[in-house]
Amino acid sequence: MTAAQSTQAQQANAGPPKLAVNGITKLFPGVVANRDIDLALHEGEILALLGENGAGKSTLMNIIYGLYQPTEGRILVDGRPVDLHSPRDAIDLGIGMVHQHFQLVPVMTVIDNIMLGSESVDRGLLDRESVSAQINELSERYNMPVDPNAVIEDLPVGVQQRVEILKALYRNADILILDEPTSVLTPQEIEGLFKVMELLRSQGKSIIFITHKLKEVLRIADRIAVLRRGEMVGEADPATVSQEDLAALMVGRKVTLEVEKEAASAGEVLLQIREIEAYTDLGEPALRGVSLDVRAGEIVGVAGVQGNGQTELVEVVTGLRPATAGSVRINNVDMTNAPPRRITEEGAICHVPEDRHMYGMVDAYSVADNLVLSSYYKRPFSSGLTMNEQAIAQHAEELVAQFDVRTPSVRTSGANLSGGNQQKMVVAREFGRPIRLLVAAQPTRGIDVGSIEFIHSQIVAKRDEGVAVLLVSYELDEIMALSDRIAVMFHGQISAILPRSQATREKIGLLMAGVSAEDESPAG
Amino acid sequence: MATATSTTGIRRTLRALLIPSLALLSALLAGAVVMLLSGDDPMAAYSGLFQGAFGDGKGWARTIRKTVPFVLTGLSVALAFKVSLFNIGASGQFVMGSVFAVAVGINFEGLPIFIHLPLALIAGIIGGLLWGAIPGILKVYTGAHEVIVTIMLNYVASLFGGWTVYAGGTQGQTPGPLWDRTAGAISETPDVLLSAQIPWLFGPPYRVHYGIFLALAAAILVWWLIFKTPLGFEMRTVGHNMRAARYAGIRVNFTIILTMALAGALAGLAGAIETLGLNHKFAPEFGGAVGFDGITVALLGQTHPIGVLLAAFMFGALDGGAATMQFVSGVPADIIQIIQALVLAFVAAPLIIRMLFRLRQQTDQDAGSAVSTSWGGT
Repeated sequence: MTAAQSTQAQQANAGPPKLAVNGITKLFPGVVANRDIDLALHEGEILALLGENGAGKSTLMNIIYGLYQPTEGRILVDGRPVDLHSPRDAIDLGIGMVHQHFQLVPVMTVIDNIMLGSESVDRGLLDRESVSAQINELSERYNMPVDPNAVIEDLPVGVQQRVEILKALYRNADILILDEPTSVLTPQEIEGLFKVMELLRSQGKSIIFITHKLKEVLRIADRIAVLRRGEMVGEADPATVSQEDLAALMVGRKVTLEVEKEAASAGEVLLQIREIEAYTDLGEPALRGVSLDVRAGEIVGVAGVQGNGQTELVEVVTGLRPATAGSVRINNVDMTNAPPRRITEEGAICHVPEDRHMYGMVDAYSVADNLVLSSYYKRPFSSGLTMNEQAIAQHAEELVAQFDVRTPSVRTSGANLSGGNQQKMVVAREFGRPIRLLVAAQPTRGIDVGSIEFIHSQIVAKRDEGVAVLLVSYELDEIMALSDRIAVMFHGQISAILPRSQATREKIGLLMAGVSAEDESPAG
Repeated sequence: MATATSTTGIRRTLRALLIPSLALLSALLAGAVVMLLSGDDPMAAYSGLFQGAFGDGKGWARTIRKTVPFVLTGLSVALAFKVSLFNIGASGQFVMGSVFAVAVGINFEGLPIFIHLPLALIAGIIGGLLWGAIPGILKVYTGAHEVIVTIMLNYVASLFGGWTVYAGGTQGQTPGPLWDRTAGAISETPDVLLSAQIPWLFGPPYRVHYGIFLALAAAILVWWLIFKTPLGFEMRTVGHNMRAARYAGIRVNFTIILTMALAGALAGLAGAIETLGLNHKFAPEFGGAVGFDGITVALLGQTHPIGVLLAAFMFGALDGGAATMQFVSGVPADIIQIIQALVLAFVAAPLIIRMLFRLRQQTDQDAGSAVSTSWGGT
């Protein structure tokens, strides 16, 4: 035990690292999720863990949090090897995790959520008062104001995240794992989170910050560790490394981060949305009078924090959700509440859905079958009564080659592809037919930098062919990189539409947060 | 390339057969334990069972005769499973098929067999089809879960069937419309006219009729429908991912109703064939159980039409050999029902089998998960 400690101690400048991971390997049937990973986290340090989707970041964090047991290797906390069999063990050792998807009970108050699982009891009854006092003290100390009696579902996402962090601190966490904490936040909220992280660091907490956003890493991290395909491929110092270097380290080759495109030459209006209203699945108003035009040959980006009506807007346009008021015209034909197939065919529209697993593909189907999901009934894939498997396979071979979908064979089931290749498969299917209007929702969600680069260039290529593109993304960088005009959605309305030249991150960020811009007038 | 595909095909087939075979084996072993506990000799029982099912021509005839309805009710349940629908209603659809078929079969005297028999079969198909469509329609338009509705419709069908052959009461209650007036106090229909009976392939004592070919044809047709036609593609897409189906422009509601109707039609055909081929009449005690066994057969067959054929044959053999087993070994034939129930338990809970035989969990979705997916709702 002591021998291992001393090696660790040599690496750190003073004392053993707060948390050390030694030679961790994790095998899943057929997959090496982590291979021989070494990692050290020192006291009062923000360590960024960078990697593409599927690089093994989550597996590694789940091992540290006790959700998975490693196949090989060990974990040391304060220099002592520890056995983690459940999150309970991790919490007892002072490890706290804020998951990407919050683990809060929406109908319960902040107090109840924070004490859940480690309830404070006084004479057999819950002692909410003392917990409330502790929450107030913690939120003051770390500058995270929150009303302990507020109900979670009434709180903005940024505050919910604060509650998650407070929950970990309430359990005396010294080591905080933040899993993609910025993905649900506006730029201003992200800055607020970074302030909190800095404060936590100054008070001696150690933070592992998981992300795939290069800018954020350079902004906040003290040290950067990069994972690629389950292996630790390098560490970097944010003071000296560039975004391009990090991207290359992540992907394993040189990548272009900027999207190259000429100025748009917009033509006639192809998609005309007027005063659309619609409801969420839960019956709450999602769209409150949305109007928007998209012209041939331009990319209109819809920016906004997730959950402000973007999903519903796309669903109304593509016929998947009924509009209760307003109209949608595609190429001057009224398509309001038309069946999806009619919209696809007559509107010559293609739709890259927000959630590929939910809408865009059938996991159990082969790549070939997934590639005809929206055209299986047409010739040559279907002739009369039977489907033509040869034509389907041939079509698949062509698209797989054209769109560089990496798959062992077109018979491989879609579920077995990596996220990036699944997305490329969806894009191949949707782009691979003649279209006039492209609706792309989160077209690069959860995929690797290399695939993002490819899909972005495909979208720009479509625009240059004269296709009208409606792009919805929660990644402001993506909106800024691709759009010719930017519409900002907030609370089911479009709060502003700006030409790209007038849009700055700050301006868009404020609009995303619901701060109205007097000098910007919403216009079609 | 071609060889690679065919070997993976064989591997996949073997893997698909693994759980059902082990489930059957486990059920037989558990049955043996039950026999030992009650002081019987399982070896004698199982050799009697085998002898009864395959020992001679009559044994084979019994097995095949029992297999026919299992094939069709199994297909009925399996087809619905492909669309993530749980058809518990094969029993009621079977009864409706029987009643509709017998209603045509005992009437229309003088029609030639090549008109009368198809008419009676089609009537049976329609009876089951309508009975299957109801839960589909209710699911689509009201959200009523097909499991609840089909279970309740089973009771309705059973009582309806009973009413049609009701012998009338001693206080002069009106008898049912299909009751055989010459039957006295017995509630049953008259015999189906000869022109509506399915001819014997081998006459008495074998009593094997041409219905076996209808069952085989149905299995092939269902296989072709599911795996080779655009409609089958739509059905499977709805079954795998309803949202993706809507996204792809598939009419999900229509597909659900159609699937339930077709599932009902298959069970209805089972009822018609049993009535026109074997029983030659309808009485309240005919039917029911074979519809419920369709669930087990479909699951044992991994909801694949070919698997259903094999599973139906296994069940046919179990039923076919039961009487001989009792005669030879003295073990009550009821033990067969225990074994069949255990098969269902083991197939429906593949985890038990995996634990018993220390199998690794498969990574991709296998048909054993049909139960869980169909209960998942969306």
